[in-house]
Amino acid sequence: MRMKQLALGVALAGIMAAPALAQNSIFVPLLTYRTGPFSNSGIPIANGMHDYLAMLNERDGGIGGVKLAIEECETGYKNEKGVECYEALKSKKPVVVNPYSTGITLALIPKASVDHIPILSMAYGLSASAQGQDFPWIFNPPATYWDGLSMIIKYIADKEGGLANLKGKTIGYIYFDGGYGLEPIPLLDQLAKDYGFTVKKYPVPPADMQNQSGLWLNVRRDRPAWMIMWGWGAMNPTAVQEAAKINYPMDHMIGVWWSGSEDDARPAGAGGKGYLSLNFNSVGANYPAIQDIQKYVIDKGNSQTAKDKVGDNFYNRGVMNSVIIAEAIRNAQQLTGKKEVNAEDLRRGFETLKITPERWKELGLEGFAGPVNVTCTDHNGHHAAYVQQWDGTKWVKVSDWITPMKDKVQPLLDAAAQDYVTKNQPWPKRTEACDKSS
Amino acid sequence: MFYREAGQYKTSYAADQAIFPVLQDRLGLIAILIVAFVVIPLTGNEFLLQAVMIPFLVFTLATIGLNLLTGYTGLLSLGTGAFMGVGAYACYKLATIFPQVNLLVWVVASGFFAAGVGVLFGLPSLRIKGFYLAVATLAAQFFLSWCFIRIPWLYNYNISASIEVPTRTLFGIPVTGPTAAPVTRYLVVLSIVVVMTWLASNLVHGRIGRMWMAVRDMDIAAELIGIKLYRTKLLAFAVSSFYCGVAGAMLAFLWLGAAESESFNINQSFLVLFMVIIGGLGSLTGSFFGALFIWGLPIVLRNAPGAFGLSITAATVEHITFMVVGALIVFFLIVEPNGLARLWQIGKQKLRVWPFPY
Repeated sequence: MRMKQLALGVALAGIMAAPALAQNSIFVPLLTYRTGPFSNSGIPIANGMHDYLAMLNERDGGIGGVKLAIEECETGYKNEKGVECYEALKSKKPVVVNPYSTGITLALIPKASVDHIPILSMAYGLSASAQGQDFPWIFNPPATYWDGLSMIIKYIADKEGGLANLKGKTIGYIYFDGGYGLEPIPLLDQLAKDYGFTVKKYPVPPADMQNQSGLWLNVRRDRPAWMIMWGWGAMNPTAVQEAAKINYPMDHMIGVWWSGSEDDARPAGAGGKGYLSLNFNSVGANYPAIQDIQKYVIDKGNSQTAKDKVGDNFYNRGVMNSVIIAEAIRNAQQLTGKKEVNAEDLRRGFETLKITPERWKELGLEGFAGPVNVTCTDHNGHHAAYVQQWDGTKWVKVSDWITPMKDKVQPLLDAAAQDYVTKNQPWPKRTEACDKSS
Repeated sequence: MFYREAGQYKTSYAADQAIFPVLQDRLGLIAILIVAFVVIPLTGNEFLLQAVMIPFLVFTLATIGLNLLTGYTGLLSLGTGAFMGVGAYACYKLATIFPQVNLLVWVVASGFFAAGVGVLFGLPSLRIKGFYLAVATLAAQFFLSWCFIRIPWLYNYNISASIEVPTRTLFGIPVTGPTAAPVTRYLVVLSIVVVMTWLASNLVHGRIGRMWMAVRDMDIAAELIGIKLYRTKLLAFAVSSFYCGVAGAMLAFLWLGAAESESFNINQSFLVLFMVIIGGLGSLTGSFFGALFIWGLPIVLRNAPGAFGLSITAATVEHITFMVVGALIVFFLIVEPNGLARLWQIGKQKLRVWPFPY
């Protein structure tokens, strides 16, 4: 009856068993998406992540003399595909997994603790996973969504002349109606209560990312004093264009760091001028390390990056993601004395990761981003970010580094981590020992 | 050659009416069951079990569910994804409210919730047919998708609006949650699918199935020979949604381990509908073929270049996969509009008379 199935199954098993990795390498898979409605955000990040690691291979022969085996797996930002990628890559012993999607991260968090594979969700994923005590395998530096939201409120308060002046104001929150956009809402509601402002929420369903005109009519009716955006993929440029269409004051619309690509603001043309977004890495290609990428990878044709896209915001975001991986690998090598580190070593590498301003300079990325400091109990660092503004052609930094409201975020984080653990009983107790910070 | 029924005499009516009248078919079925229950768990690696077999079986069950409605009763539905979602969310609520009860009980019980919702949205089928009914079920799809994200009670007020499956054990062995071994989950899924396929086979070959097919072929004639239309149609909706609900519960609990509203969107409904159409309307065997074709083919295509040592970037492979799968769907539909099940039947018929052409 089902002979065909069977033959296929057997053939598949054969295919799966075949690939054996080259010896003497560290396997770093990249879950990316270059297809689908999120590819406008996914492509530059995938390029940045790939190119920096490829550059280390070409220039330095890898890290500590060990080459990195880089492999991309296309997820299309779909959870099912992401889990499939994870399962396919797991057998090749990855040292770290970057899901690059909050939904995939949520699906992988319970698996990672069982499979002992660290997950790096750089400033996305589950905010509560910053608690190293409960989530020893998950890392989300340099800041959580809740940190980001508190920074945005701080920036708004600064422009309004103090937190007290937020009272009675209306703030709109337009967000991706999924795990990613829903994350910040508990804190937003909390802050609204604390500072006396009202929140109007405008959810954008994933199917309607490019169809927001009705929603923006509501915005025009409600006239919120500020708009905060938690968007991704095709939702970002659409929102900026619609905002420009209803003549919303663009310098009162502020996106999180995932809503700040050049290609998010550019399609709105002159109307997009003044749009604000949070950022924690610098924009531009004027860094020795990025020049090296240009020289060793892109000029040799080993990359899919278009030359004029090097140094774009999301490209640099991808580079930063890879810098964190590379530094954690280096740290793990120093910590263990081994060259070929495994996933367990890398977890220790992440837990004692420190990228100081001097180290950024050594890397050829002076002033590229703020210091990153991860510890055993704090897997995030809750670092500062700054606000940038679109001037019509490029992003311009318009604020100082803003620190998050730790006093508001920390209690919520503790409660959320606690909540996650109780809901997912039996959750494994942390048995991994803490290393001394180097 | 081997597929001959010469010498197999039927000496009773029961033998003549058997679903698999030919000995070789029965042996083949036994062989497949042995492979599925023994060989694959023993030899399959984690990827084969987790990323190929479990989703294939989950989608097979959903396809059978939709096939009962669309293929056997002739009612077109675009709400499959939503009915799967009802099963998943019902199972999640039940499993978290009553954690001490055996999870398998809840997986099956969640089917009843889906059946109830299915009947409710099946009511329009009493008045409308065809494309109009498809639009009415589309409303179910959008309404339920909206519920899954807008009613926080359904996902226990989780911040991320997703359901995260807790660990549950069966006879002391974890079957859900991250610690459950893929083999365990595979065997649980396989057992449920085998039992439910057997039940569906009995249903469609019995009185109820004949009623459904009578309604499908001509509802006025069916009414004239004494079939109550509203009962038959609503029963089809209930049974179909029951199957979809169980498939949805298995999707969340035994395959992904987490699910959100997006896992049960309109695309999921279309995916299952394509499986039904490609596999063959009104065929249980076809449901297996359809699910295998639509789910398995992209995986084979994605891994093929790597197996031959070619290095093509992940995105290019994805684009090629889209094109090839699309082209193959069109090809199969042109070659055999009645689906893979019909091709399979033709193949068997050819084998029977081989080496003669007819």
